[in-house]
Amino acid sequence: MPPKLFLPALLLTVLLALVSLFVGVRDVSPFDLFSGAADQRDLMVLLASRVPRTIALVLAGSGMAIAGTIMQMLARNRFVEPSTAGTVESAGLGMLTVLLIAPDMPVIAKMLVAAAFSMAGTALFLSILRAIPLRSILMVPLVGIMLGGMISAVTTFFAYRFDLLQSMGAWASGDFSVVLRGRYEILWVAFALTIAAYVAADRFTVAGMGEAFSSNLGLNYRKVMTLGLIIVSMVTACVVVTAGVVPFLGLIVPNVVSMIMGDNLRRSLPWIGLCGAALVLVCDIIGRVINAPFEIPVGAVLGIVGSLFFLYLLIGRRNRVA
Amino acid sequence: MIEVSGVSKSYGKTLVVDGVTLALPKGGLTSIIGPNGAGKSTLMSMIARLLPMDAGTVIVDGLDVTKVSGDVLAKRLSILRQDNHLTARLTVTDLVTFGRYPYSKGRPTLQDREHVERAIDYLGLGDFRHRFLDELSGGQRQRAFVAMVLCQDTDYMLFDEPLNNLDISHSVAMMKLMRKSARELGKTVVVVLHDINFASCYSDHIVVMRDGRLFLQGSPTDIVRQEVLSEIYATEFRVHELDGNRIATFY
Repeated sequence: MPPKLFLPALLLTVLLALVSLFVGVRDVSPFDLFSGAADQRDLMVLLASRVPRTIALVLAGSGMAIAGTIMQMLARNRFVEPSTAGTVESAGLGMLTVLLIAPDMPVIAKMLVAAAFSMAGTALFLSILRAIPLRSILMVPLVGIMLGGMISAVTTFFAYRFDLLQSMGAWASGDFSVVLRGRYEILWVAFALTIAAYVAADRFTVAGMGEAFSSNLGLNYRKVMTLGLIIVSMVTACVVVTAGVVPFLGLIVPNVVSMIMGDNLRRSLPWIGLCGAALVLVCDIIGRVINAPFEIPVGAVLGIVGSLFFLYLLIGRRNRVA
Repeated sequence: MIEVSGVSKSYGKTLVVDGVTLALPKGGLTSIIGPNGAGKSTLMSMIARLLPMDAGTVIVDGLDVTKVSGDVLAKRLSILRQDNHLTARLTVTDLVTFGRYPYSKGRPTLQDREHVERAIDYLGLGDFRHRFLDELSGGQRQRAFVAMVLCQDTDYMLFDEPLNNLDISHSVAMMKLMRKSARELGKTVVVVLHDINFASCYSDHIVVMRDGRLFLQGSPTDIVRQEVLSEIYATEFRVHELDGNRIATFY
């Protein structure tokens, strides 16, 4: 994708964000806003719900797409992302732990606990990958999905025992309808981390060439792995704490961008962030419109789009993505 | 100078490199030859600190490779291993530019770009420079990797079977390029080779390994001899003098 297309793509995303501001149960129209016909209630809906929701969508979308990219570079596998590597499930276990032990923790502390859990889970995943000989690239996401399954089984068991299944259920499918002013700001932490990822983009590209190449070029492979692990876990935890699981995003977006423009992250990360934001906006708008006045959670819409895309990757492009 | 002393490595119970002590002089082209499983690649990886050693030390220009920081060594010594498989999709230019990473840390200067252009030119990659590596043939990809290492512009360059996947004309061009780097640019080039005759025609120095040990070393005239080669490879060899080169046949 040539650089000159970036601006139009950015404008398109901004347009999607504007649409997202004015779609919902209560009709708030941009024209009323400017003509002064909008009443106090309209303004409140806009500022307390729509604006936070839209910002959250943009930040979560770009964050998860970039987290997925970094995971793929670290695991050197195209099929890995936070929801196929145990990262998301570990964050869920962390959330449950908070609910059980200290339910009144401030949201930032909840996020940190979830981040610590997801970091441990992802590190476990990466060390399993190192320990077992992998004959096939498909083994990697399978190992991740199995690990995730085991972790979420533990979560479900305790949630069941302590009657918390319902709270965990709400978390399991990403839903931005719960996002309100005062309950999404933690996502700015995810945003700061995606900026950090961009600053370190070249290091992640080199790490994506493997340990031997990295060492040859004088890059401390372990340090970069750790940095990547921190970014991926924190971003995932921020998103999971605010909106729940946003699946497959980190799989679709990085793969499409990589097919078109390759993996030099210095060039591709801005695109990945932008496309991630746009895709989540689209899926969320679809979820709001398709069955109005009811909503389909964005996690469900993405789940359908994402699993179809995953199948397409597995079947159609086996030769290339290997 | 690369000083290898008492270096050993085992995988499980198999000893692959067994107490090798070896000094590779600065400058010139050194070939490492030997049968399969002789420990050539393992030794080379340990010299370039890609593999930890079980015993011994490797000193490059006075620097202990296991102790000096990675980015200092990356400006003195580079290595290309065999079987390079990248999951990351990079274009030829991207890959070669990353050869400048030790200097530029990802922000190439004008001078870095000149190095990149020169390396691409040396390896005849101009026509493919914007192609992705996964869209190239094995030989073209191998040349792109070599260009990256060349671009790293280190005093010591190690190549593990650089002729892999190359056809005859590109193999000859590659060996000429290595010799030119050694003679004209004063680089120290160390290559693991399987083709005895390339080793014979292009090397200044040949190191023979067998069963994890240093078996013999010397000039091509010392090593490329009927009785010596026959013993190394346990195969009947005949050595002919042709146009000033010693050519071995074994067919």
